[in-house]
Amino acid sequence: MAKEEYTVLLAPTISHALKGESLLKKAGCSCKLIPVPRHLSSDCGVCLRIARAGKSVAQQILEQGGLGAGEWYNLK
Amino acid sequence: MIYLDNAATSWPKPDCVAEAMIRVLETAGGNPGRSGHRVSLEAGRAVYHTREILAALFGVADPLRVVLSQNATEGLNLALRGQLRPGDHVITSSMEHNAVMRPLRHLEEQGIEITVIPCSPQGVLNPDDLTPAIRNNTVMIVLNHASNVTGTIQPVREAGQIARKHGLLLLVDAAQSAGLIPLDMEGDCIDLLAFTGHKALLGPPGTGGLLIGERVDLARLQPLIRGGTGSRSGDEIQPALLPDRYESGTRNTPGLAGLASALSWLESQGWDKIRQQEARVSQRLSNGLRDISGVTIYGVEDVDRSTGVVSFNIDNSMLSTVGLELEEKSGILCRVGLHCSPASHRTIGTYPTGTVRLSPGYFTTETEIDTVLTAVDRLAATAAGNR
Repeated sequence: MAKEEYTVLLAPTISHALKGESLLKKAGCSCKLIPVPRHLSSDCGVCLRIARAGKSVAQQILEQGGLGAGEWYNLK
Repeated sequence: MIYLDNAATSWPKPDCVAEAMIRVLETAGGNPGRSGHRVSLEAGRAVYHTREILAALFGVADPLRVVLSQNATEGLNLALRGQLRPGDHVITSSMEHNAVMRPLRHLEEQGIEITVIPCSPQGVLNPDDLTPAIRNNTVMIVLNHASNVTGTIQPVREAGQIARKHGLLLLVDAAQSAGLIPLDMEGDCIDLLAFTGHKALLGPPGTGGLLIGERVDLARLQPLIRGGTGSRSGDEIQPALLPDRYESGTRNTPGLAGLASALSWLESQGWDKIRQQEARVSQRLSNGLRDISGVTIYGVEDVDRSTGVVSFNIDNSMLSTVGLELEEKSGILCRVGLHCSPASHRTIGTYPTGTVRLSPGYFTTETEIDTVLTAVDRLAATAAGNR
């Protein structure tokens, strides 16, 4: 079975990340809040992890909710 | 015991409030927004959920525009002290609580100009008086939505329309009205709205905040305090984004979870039902007091223009004695004096003595009101006999 590939959204504040989680869950999209990977940022907060296959749908939902400004990175 | 001091803080609270607070302490006791582990995230979700409910309640699309603080006073201080600069002019009314007047008087010493618009002896602001008070350097109108002394509701929407027309901000003190009178920041043209969680919203003390509208320039609105936010940890400069710009330090997760639970409970009861119940009880109280000889009631008669707070005095009676006797002889709890609002008492003609204030709440019954009326009638009759 292929290993699931993920992408993460680095939100500017933890409240933004929590808002993203709330928006995605209400839309039925799977996501998980995880600590920000240290190689991406020295911030001590959390980021939103989403399956790479669902990124475009998630991105659309987040942009509609006013969260278009975050930085996206693929996790290896 | 008959608790008629809901304008100070509502009591009792629905059972679900304490239950939610205990639950969050037991299961989500981490720091909201400081760590990535599950109990921290659960705490963060509890706080964010409260933002969502409050944003919906006050007609704000983005929950991140809800800045959470300890109370309405802190929210008002943030709006006034954060926004106003020496040389600015601000307009307010003569029915303000000291939560507005004390920060304004402090700012006045620093060169901010203040115009206090006189209200009628019933405590009503005439919105037509606002426009002539506007100057070239006016930046804000700040208004009490409902008086904590008389319950009088002010015409905030009309004030908001005037503020928009002249490019001013409208700051509303909704400490007494939130939960009793519908408020919609966009529809009512409100730019800054300070609220408390522990009055008509039935939440615990230590909860409140400031909702910040889109017309407010965040670069200009300075935080009251600066510090750790959990975001931008590598940066020694305060974050520029909402809500972190104004939320340094750990939030009151149990209190906010209790508030969210209270708001859900109110929603389940139905806001209209709550307002009708409180109006019915307040009308009974107000009408009954007006029928008692020797009692003077202050404020407007029309219950639709009041939150239901009733202020009165009994001829030939010292109000501290009235308060003491109501409690000792009849178990009625009220508040007497100036209610932290000397401006209001000057307006209605009761400064410096003050009034006896009765403030019913959602749990007040008509039977309790009848007991109060009998007790006041007895005190008034005794005072008349002692003349």
